[in-house]
Amino acid sequence: MLTTVNRLGELERAIMDVLWETDTALTVREVSARLTERNLAHTTVMTVLDRLAKKGFARRQRDGRAWRYCPSATRETYVAELMLTALDQTGDRTAALTRFAQSVSGVEAEVLREALEVIEGDGGVDGGTG
Amino acid sequence: MEGLADAALLAVVAIGSVPGASALRQASWPRRSPAAAILLWQALGLAGGLAAVGALVGLGLPGGRTSVVRSVLHLGTAFQVGGVFRVPVPVGVAGALPAVLMALRLACLTAGLALLALLCWVLVAASVAAVQARRRQRLLLSLLAHGDPKVPGALVVDYPTAAAYCLPGLRSKIVVSVGTLELLGRGELAAVLAHERAHLRERHDLVLLPFTALRRAFPRSATCAEADRAVALLVEMLADDHALRALPARELVSALVRFGTAGTCATPNGALAAAEGEVAARVARLLQPVRPLPAGAVAAICLAAGLLAATPVALLLV
Repeated sequence: MLTTVNRLGELERAIMDVLWETDTALTVREVSARLTERNLAHTTVMTVLDRLAKKGFARRQRDGRAWRYCPSATRETYVAELMLTALDQTGDRTAALTRFAQSVSGVEAEVLREALEVIEGDGGVDGGTG
Repeated sequence: MEGLADAALLAVVAIGSVPGASALRQASWPRRSPAAAILLWQALGLAGGLAAVGALVGLGLPGGRTSVVRSVLHLGTAFQVGGVFRVPVPVGVAGALPAVLMALRLACLTAGLALLALLCWVLVAASVAAVQARRRQRLLLSLLAHGDPKVPGALVVDYPTAAAYCLPGLRSKIVVSVGTLELLGRGELAAVLAHERAHLRERHDLVLLPFTALRRAFPRSATCAEADRAVALLVEMLADDHALRALPARELVSALVRFGTAGTCATPNGALAAAEGEVAARVARLLQPVRPLPAGAVAAICLAAGLLAATPVALLLV
C-alpha cells in the first residue's frame, strides 16, 4: 500500500514537471508522450491528472472531445508560498513549523558579524572588537 | 464560606501568575537549564488559566463546601432549590443589595465559563490550523522538494534565500533551501540538521502551541506575548544544546551568524521587533557557555512547577 502511495506521489510530481515545462495546455496523450521512458498506461496518466486537478494544482479545459491540462500556478509561485510560510513573512509565528533562526538586522546583525570574526580569527590572536 | 475562601485563593494564584511570568522572563537562570524553565512556564500558564476560570466560577457559585467543579455539575439543582439563584423581589433599599450581589455573581459565573470556553476553543483552533498548514506544506513539498547528498535525510527546495525549518508530526521532515546549501559549509549544515532533529524528536512544536495560541487569543496582553517569546527562545536554546552534543560549538555559532545575517528579505514591522536579540542571545550563550544548574536546583524547580500546577487543579476538583 505504501509503495502505491509513494508511486502515486512520484507520478504526480513527474506529471507536474511536464506541465510546468510546457507553455501550452496538454492532453492526456501529450503528457504520456512526454513520459515515454516510464511506459505508463493512458488511464494511469488520466487518473493522476484528475487527482492533480482535484487538488487544485492543475486546471483542465475542454478541447473538442479531450481535456487539456495546464498548471494552476507556476512552480515559482508554489515555492514562494512554501517559503513565505517558512520565512515567516506573514508576520505571525505559527506553531506549524519551527525554524532554525530568523534573519536579523541592524545592531544585532553587526554584533553577530563581529562574533563570527572573533571565532574565525580564533587562532590565539586577539579577535579585536570594534 | 469555604467556597469563597477557595475562590479567593484561586484569584491570588491567577493574579500572581502575571508578576510571576514577569519575574521568570527577567531571571537569568533559565538559560542555564532551559528544560526546567520551560516546565515552570508550562506550570505557570496552566495554573494562571485554570485559577482565573476557577476564581470567577467560584465567586459566581459560592457552594459552601462543594468544589467549583461540583458546583457547576449541580448547577441545575441550584436553580431548582432556588437557594442560590432565587431572584429576590426588591423591597426598598434592603431588597436592592441582594439583587446587585446576584447580578455580580451571575456576571462572574458567565465570565468564568466564557473564559474556559475561549481557552479551549483557542487551543483547538490553533491545533487544527497547525495541522492544516503542515498538510499544505507536505503537499507542496511532495511536488517541489528534492534530496541532496549535502543534507542527508532533509528535503531541499529551490529558493535563493536562506531558510531551514522542520515540519513536526508523525511524518516529520526537515526542509532547507538551496540558498542555505550555498551559504553554509558541511559542518554548519550538520549543526543545522542536528538542531532541527532535536526539535522534531522532542516535539517542541507541542510545547510552543499553547503559548502561541494564548498570544493570538489575547493579542494585547503583554504577559502572553512575553511568555510566548520566552518559551520560543528557551526551546531554541534546548535544541542548540542537543546539537552541541554531536558537534563543536563553533559550527553551530557560525551557522547561526551566517544564517541570521544573510537575510535579504524585508521583514514586516512587529514580526522582527518581537524577536529582537533572539539570535544574539543564542550566540552569546554558545560563545560563553554557562554551567547548567545543579541537580538540586533543577529538582526544586520541578517540584515548584508541580505544586503550582496542582494547586488550582486540587481546588477545582476536591
